[in-house]
Amino acid sequence: MTHQDQYNIPADKFQFVRRNDLSHDKKLDTKPVSYFQGAFRRFCKNKGAIVGAIVILCLVLFAIIAPFFTAFTPRYYDMSYAYVTPKLQFFDDLDINFWDGGRVKDTNTVGYLKDLALMQETGREVIKGDVEISEDGKNYSYRYDTYYGVGFGKYKEIPVSEFEDIQRYQNETGRQVLYPVVKVTDRPTLEKNKYDANIYYKTENPNASVLRPKLDEEGNIIPNYWKYEVGDTHSQIMPYDSLRLEGEDGIIESVVKMDENGNVVRDANGKVVKEDKQYYYVYGIQLPSTVEVRVEYYEYYVYQHTQVLKDGIEEPSFIFGTTDTGKDIFACLAYGARFSFIFASVVALVNFIVGVIWGSISGYFGGTLDLAMERFCEILGSVPTMIIITLLKFHIGRFILEHALYEWKEYESALILFIAFFATGWIGMAGRTRMQFYRFKNQEYVLAARTLGASDARIMFKHIFPNGLGTIVTSVALVIPSMIYSETSLSYLGIINLEAGKTTSVGTLINAGQVAFQTGELYRAYVALFPCVFLILLMLSFNLFGNGLRDAFNPSLRGSED
Amino acid sequence: MYMFKYVMKRLGLMLLTFFIIFTMCFVLIKMLPIPANVLPGMDPEIAYRVLEGRGWITNIREGANGVWEYDRVPVLIQYGNYLKRIILDGDFGIATTLPGYATKDLWTEVFIPKLPPTILINIYSTLIGVPIGLGLGILAALKKNKWQDQLINIFIILLISLPSIVLAIVIQYVFCFRLNWFPLGMETSDAYFTWPVIRSMLPAVFALCLGSIAGYARYTRAELSEVLTGEFMLLARTKGLTKRQAIFRHAMRNSMVVIFPSILSEFISVLSGSLIIEKMFGINGVGGLYLSAITNTDYDAFMLLSGFYTLVSLAAGIVIDISYGIIDPRIRMGAK
Repeated sequence: MTHQDQYNIPADKFQFVRRNDLSHDKKLDTKPVSYFQGAFRRFCKNKGAIVGAIVILCLVLFAIIAPFFTAFTPRYYDMSYAYVTPKLQFFDDLDINFWDGGRVKDTNTVGYLKDLALMQETGREVIKGDVEISEDGKNYSYRYDTYYGVGFGKYKEIPVSEFEDIQRYQNETGRQVLYPVVKVTDRPTLEKNKYDANIYYKTENPNASVLRPKLDEEGNIIPNYWKYEVGDTHSQIMPYDSLRLEGEDGIIESVVKMDENGNVVRDANGKVVKEDKQYYYVYGIQLPSTVEVRVEYYEYYVYQHTQVLKDGIEEPSFIFGTTDTGKDIFACLAYGARFSFIFASVVALVNFIVGVIWGSISGYFGGTLDLAMERFCEILGSVPTMIIITLLKFHIGRFILEHALYEWKEYESALILFIAFFATGWIGMAGRTRMQFYRFKNQEYVLAARTLGASDARIMFKHIFPNGLGTIVTSVALVIPSMIYSETSLSYLGIINLEAGKTTSVGTLINAGQVAFQTGELYRAYVALFPCVFLILLMLSFNLFGNGLRDAFNPSLRGSED
Repeated sequence: MYMFKYVMKRLGLMLLTFFIIFTMCFVLIKMLPIPANVLPGMDPEIAYRVLEGRGWITNIREGANGVWEYDRVPVLIQYGNYLKRIILDGDFGIATTLPGYATKDLWTEVFIPKLPPTILINIYSTLIGVPIGLGLGILAALKKNKWQDQLINIFIILLISLPSIVLAIVIQYVFCFRLNWFPLGMETSDAYFTWPVIRSMLPAVFALCLGSIAGYARYTRAELSEVLTGEFMLLARTKGLTKRQAIFRHAMRNSMVVIFPSILSEFISVLSGSLIIEKMFGINGVGGLYLSAITNTDYDAFMLLSGFYTLVSLAAGIVIDISYGIIDPRIRMGAK
């Protein structure tokens, strides 16, 4: 056998040493689990994170869907219905004194009589349920309907055409909007009481500041309507041909008969002659170009919104109640939430993109470039956000004024918020990406890729970035609630005012809520309640969700803080 | 020597950063129109002469239709004038459009009187919050996984997840309105150490300190429970120290390395206070002044306050870094 032959052994000459004891690599029975699949599994095992995710989903759905289901918008307001309490038709029908637009009212005799008078005239349930009277009979406590309690509000001046249209509406639907008026000379004298349309009765002292209803012997209120005799004409009485108060259709009173000269007519026996006269109430007082009327505000509201404005609002019924200016809290919250979510996601996305690019360049290349980029970030990052926002507010405000871009005014606040949060937000993201790049850039697989001739861009985004993605995504999830919270605080402080646009902010609502109970009326705390609950749910669920994400992506960090 | 050089370097960097930010603010502010505050019944010329005297404008003349015209001084020269006045005379300008403060000296008459309320509520809250927070954290770490720990944990999670704005509004509603324990706003008296004034500050102090209690408790618990599992603790017990001695002499001191710097920096940031708490509880402090300066576009006041806020936040950051080195000899500052 030559030396050469040793290298050319034919294949069939080889033999297994131990034929029976062959060991092969076993094929894996289990399926391979990728990084993200594993993370997803770990995430699903975390109950808190799942609950957080579900709550976030509900809040997002609320923000998306709710604006379509309510006819109200953040722009809508109605001062007459300021501070009406939350009302859900479902609970109102159940009659359990909860979420029914009512509130507990503690008042004195005058207040009670006023509500009672309103209830008697309109037939509305202003006082719900039983009335508790204190032992000395001076204090009353009962459940009061804030919607019907508005009653007539002030006397209204409407155009003649509207006066006629309301009559048409009344005839068609049978719902009474117009009620008899009180003659101007019969009204209370003080300016603040003169136009109070709720006072349709006689008062004990028309000059007093607090008006006490005059009662007859049976303890009933005496109406003080302006009546006129059938056939009588007066320049101020508007013709009226529609629904009238019950039993009014022929108020017949027997009065002393007068002759043309104003003398009392006596019969042959010297007795005073009486005659029956028919009276009608006056429903509208004619003014130079308008008509002064007393409208029941609830019905007038329905008429206004279904007949005149046609804006889809059918009845005054506010699920979360209204604010001090009569804005619908439900709509404000929904639109505010929608803005917050859209704003936070857009800013987070932009910050993510810019931060990742900046951080990966800075982290991957290192050296002087990294140092320069870091210093830049450090200086920019140490400017307090509040100062950036203020400067932007000054400059954008001036820009809009100088170029007369008034249609931009609507977007001013959103623009300020966007630029300010972008200017400071991407730095954190860049820092985190940079850290991930430092962590992975000297790993063996990166060196291997470089040895094989992969370009820098390929190493950065194909090899390093996917490994750091988990941590970076987690920080995005944690940044969103903090951004929403900052936006809320800025609106609360009044630095940002989104109400100029078509939306509003939860912070503005919280401010309204604080104003509401600072007036001393404690029932008004509901104004602050709903935005606060929303904010708490949002922060809690995002925290749970973010922590769940962190644990899922980095199991080694489980349980550690921050 | 390392230490000294490091501190000097950090201070220098801080001042540089501050200078850059301050310059940026100044330039951006001076790009806006200069508001002349002509009070009712005042000769407009006086208002413009004031602006000239402050070095913002020059060459004032009355143009057609009674409109006053002037040339602007180049921004950098304005900045030079501004810095010179600050450094030489301590003069930050006068309030122009701040309601109630027109033509008052910004530093002595407007800014300084606003400092005490802001600082006081924050100091009270730190004094209450830090001991309670540390105590709860230590208790939770020592009783780890027992009911005390779980109770404290629930408390911490609740407080941390509650946004401070909601917490403050709930405190105000419950204590000031439902229970009527405290007045609605802060007393406007200057006697800061009398009971009525302190009492009127308390709701704000509570609202501030609840957050920091939760923060410190969480931090201390995490740090201390990590230190407690260290091997040197086992050694300490083996060499005969009682549990109490081991915890106080060894575990506590080590866990304080991380906690102490943040306490120190909190004492710096008490200066800046919290805008939200000040607005909500009607504290007549620096925060309110800042908001007022923004809404009334008083630029000099804005410059003063933004410089102040920037300086405080930079200083707080630096104090954390430096105090690490002081408290923990293992950390050698600036060592390569």
